[in-house]
Amino acid sequence: MSRQSDQGFILSIDGPVIGIKGLKYQKIGDLVKIGHSKLTGEIIKITDNRSIATCYEYTEGLHVGEPVLNTTEPLSMELGPGLLNNIYDGIQRTLPLLREKYGDFIGIEQEAYALDRKKSWIFEPKVKEGTKVTPGDIIGTVQETNTINHKIMVPMGVYGTLTTIVRPSKYSIEDTIYTIKNGKIEQKFGLFQKWPIRNIRPYRQRIYPTEPLITGMRVIDVLFPVAKGGVVAVPGGFGTGKTVIQHNLAKWADADIIVYVGCGERGNEMADVLEQFPNLIDPHTNLPVMERTVLIANTSNMPVSAREASIFSGLTIAEYYRDMGYDVALLADSTTRWAEALREISGRLEEMPAEGGYPAYLSTRLASFYERAGLVHPLGFPDRVGSITVVGAVSPPSGDFSEPVTKTTRRFVKAFWALDAKLAYSRHYPSISWTDSYSLYSEHLEEWWNKLGKGWGKSRIDISEILARSDELQNIVQLVGKENLPVEQQLILFVAELIKNVYLIQNAFDPIDRYSSPQKSLKLINLILDYYSRSLDVVSREIPLFEVENLGIVTEISRARLSIKNKDVDQFEGLQKKLEREITGLIERYESS
Amino acid sequence: MKITYSNIQGIEGPLVFLRHQHNVMNGEIVHIIDPNGIARTGRVLEISENVTVIEVFQGTAGLDTDRTQLTFSDEVFQISISRDMLGRTFDGQGRPKILKNADSFPELLPEVVRPICGTPINPYSRSYPTDVIHTGISVIDGLTTLVRGQKLPIFTGQGLSHNKLAAQIVKQAKVREENFVVVFVGIGILQDDAMYFEQRFKESGNWQNVISFLNIASDPTIERILIPRIALTVAEYFAFDLDMHVLVIMTDITNYCEALRELSSAKGEIPSRKGFPGYMYSDLASLYERAGKIKGREGSITQIPIITMPNDDITHPIPDLTGFITEGQIVLSRELYKRNVYPPIDILSSLSRLMKEGVGEGKTREDHSEIASQLYSLYAQSLEIKELESIIGEESLTSLDKRILNFGKSFEQYFMNQKFDEERDVITTLDLAWDLVSTVPKRNILRISPEILDKYYIEDARIKEKLWGR
Ligand SMILES: Nc1ncnc2c1ncn2[C@@H]1O[C@H](COP(=O)(O)OP(=O)(O)OP(=O)(O)O)[C@@H](O)[C@H]1O
Ligand SMILES: [Mg+2]
Repeated sequence: MSRQSDQGFILSIDGPVIGIKGLKYQKIGDLVKIGHSKLTGEIIKITDNRSIATCYEYTEGLHVGEPVLNTTEPLSMELGPGLLNNIYDGIQRTLPLLREKYGDFIGIEQEAYALDRKKSWIFEPKVKEGTKVTPGDIIGTVQETNTINHKIMVPMGVYGTLTTIVRPSKYSIEDTIYTIKNGKIEQKFGLFQKWPIRNIRPYRQRIYPTEPLITGMRVIDVLFPVAKGGVVAVPGGFGTGKTVIQHNLAKWADADIIVYVGCGERGNEMADVLEQFPNLIDPHTNLPVMERTVLIANTSNMPVSAREASIFSGLTIAEYYRDMGYDVALLADSTTRWAEALREISGRLEEMPAEGGYPAYLSTRLASFYERAGLVHPLGFPDRVGSITVVGAVSPPSGDFSEPVTKTTRRFVKAFWALDAKLAYSRHYPSISWTDSYSLYSEHLEEWWNKLGKGWGKSRIDISEILARSDELQNIVQLVGKENLPVEQQLILFVAELIKNVYLIQNAFDPIDRYSSPQKSLKLINLILDYYSRSLDVVSREIPLFEVENLGIVTEISRARLSIKNKDVDQFEGLQKKLEREITGLIERYESS
Repeated sequence: MKITYSNIQGIEGPLVFLRHQHNVMNGEIVHIIDPNGIARTGRVLEISENVTVIEVFQGTAGLDTDRTQLTFSDEVFQISISRDMLGRTFDGQGRPKILKNADSFPELLPEVVRPICGTPINPYSRSYPTDVIHTGISVIDGLTTLVRGQKLPIFTGQGLSHNKLAAQIVKQAKVREENFVVVFVGIGILQDDAMYFEQRFKESGNWQNVISFLNIASDPTIERILIPRIALTVAEYFAFDLDMHVLVIMTDITNYCEALRELSSAKGEIPSRKGFPGYMYSDLASLYERAGKIKGREGSITQIPIITMPNDDITHPIPDLTGFITEGQIVLSRELYKRNVYPPIDILSSLSRLMKEGVGEGKTREDHSEIASQLYSLYAQSLEIKELESIIGEESLTSLDKRILNFGKSFEQYFMNQKFDEERDVITTLDLAWDLVSTVPKRNILRISPEILDKYYIEDARIKEKLWGR
């Protein structure tokens, strides 16, 4: 980039869309500095001899005629130690630093490095001078947080011989750590690298996911599971629980790294995360969950162009940790706001709109987002496996799933957690509909669950059948009343209600219920299903239904989600015994009389 | 140097198109002299290669292309703010309204001058709102708790009792503290509604703490886009510079959105749903997100926007987009209104997202969120059973169904229903909830954890009689 400076001037201003004249070397994706106040923008279109840029900051106060400087570099992320436990805006400005430098409001002319320049890290070299290295090779490590050992990797595109590498000691982000020589050229490298957000980071090989991402939400883990490396959409109207699900995943899912992208949503939701996470303990590592988390907050009132970028910023960070061999979950709330940002920019460019006013390239862009999920062998030595699981919230207008973003998203995801406003209205949370949701991962995950205990695969099928039967029967009840159904059918209705109210429902804010370990989920459902089959036997002996409904065990089953702690799953043995005892007692009582 | 033009190229709707020769600024204020010599104000909306698009706040009626003069001010829209604004009323451009007794007011001495668009609060600077505002209204305090720093709109229909409810909230919300300010923003409302609020504020003795901004139905449409921004800029000064608790009532956001639509269509933009612009979500967010609390500062901005749902349709883009931005919603129901339930709040579709941190032990009472969830669940069931009953008749209901049905009736009658001057503290509200829930057999109470249930559930059968005897 040893070009002379490339400068032009502002020709037109339409919200975030800036027309520029006079640039000579512009490429699509180049970052530009707009106006005297040097607002950051990105070139998105070039026609005749003018360029169009979207500006990542507010443009009120900008004059036409002001200068525009082309940096000729694409928007890139700084990747290195210091990402975790941090919060950025959509273009990776560190929000705590912005606050420290400029106060509580984000205005123009504010800049803040992504990675702390002053902080020092203890670097441990892992390879010796003289080693031949290729992209992705781990040449050393830094303990970034208590949980995460940060791998320092040879940047993409760099080959050669390691000529120098520093001794174990403290280094700052900008110190030279190692040098690599290739032919006559010797390059210096530090603890961090850069990567353009719109490019996929290359990897060696993709593999099919077979391990579940354990979420601690029963309805997900048991009925609609997602694999590590999978893609899920969570569509739902306002207030149906998308954000609570995303927060729950960020808190309890068994990923190594969480990248949470608040894309065009509420500022208070980010404040909520920032206040809660440092005090929450990850059940898998016993360390604060914040230590594995990177937050990207581009709230609804922040500029739309930066909102559009924020999703790709998040993905780039996710890919970087995946390349170290970690399981990353990228949680995007909400992809609809991102699509709307695309729509707004496209509208201002006067592009031909397709369905719903969205640009015709909506589906390619959505694909370019979901495609970056997956389970892979990253490049470099030693061989390792890392994954990105993407969970995208979708906010369909009026909760109507036939709108373009939801419809298009469906084509790219393999699991679909459809939120049902009716369930949400009666405060049945998570309001994941058992009729409209699906997961194509389940069959590949069965093996994993079978190692844990018996019956995951069968329980899923049984639950689905009971729920489906009950939904059918409800229609008949509407005609004849419950009392007039055959007793086996009344039992199905009763058990279905039980499953909904004491199993599928889960209170995200209850200290016990909020995370249900796989063991607890499995034991509880097995108990309920066992209760069902034993009750079926009871009623077939012409013992009235109310007898099984009124058994003491029913109350205990009902309370189990709130009263039995994950570490006390052994208590289910006791409940199982009690169930058997009460049923036998009941049968004896009737048969002896 | 100020540059004056008198060669307008075109006029459409509220917009003037001007061929410019100098470096126009985005958002620049333009002073306009119409052919009759009367001054108007406009603002630069868009600058294309040679043409500048200017919105005229007072509308374009009477403007022509050759005698109208436009002078560029080289400034963006700003508002002067002062403590003396308390107890006074301002127009859609933030100027003191000329009232009959206007001369009795002193001139305002501006303490600060601020651009009205505001800048986003750094998400890292926000402090999560947790202080409950006790409104004394059972449905709100019990089920959709209002919190300081929250944005909680009222979704209503034409002719429902939203004004009364908003006035009752202001009256009862313990607003008489020193540091409490009400900012009232009337957007395209009827003069009558404006007067209704003024009277209620005066009756409750709050008038000296109220700052009103009024754009009534006959005032210029474009000002409706400015007025909430002006008001919020003032609110931010009182909240974040002067450490006061500011409650902003904005009515009616539907009029605001219609003004936005008018402007967008005049600009020839591609419309999204129902003709509203595709950026309406972001635009509304730029208002609603100005609510909140900031770390290390005492004050807060709480917003209660009022939205009339066209045809009572909650899926209409205005309530729909609002619901996606605000922290919950209070939805009024025509059906309840007709049955004379006041406040006619449809609890199932209403929600307060900030409730979870605002209630519970040490704040209201430990059982609060669980009993609330249980009330929702039972009430939802009771409505389903009511529907069933209308098809298959009461005889075919199970005895449990009948109990729940009864619960639903008493819930509406004793819990939801309340008088305009009736104030219930939160403990009374919660106790009432337990009275009602205890009419349903204990083993059917599934949303409440065993300890809480054992502690609060009223086993005594007499309680049921007590309640029915009310
Ligand atoms: N699992 C849960 N347990 C308890 N409460 C829940 C749960 N899920 C959702 N809620 C309640 O529902 C409210 C709304 O949920 P949430 O904010 O996640 O909705 P959303 O779908 O993200 O809405 P929007 O699209 O408007 O952002 C929460 O504030 C909370 O009160
Ligand atoms: Mg949300």
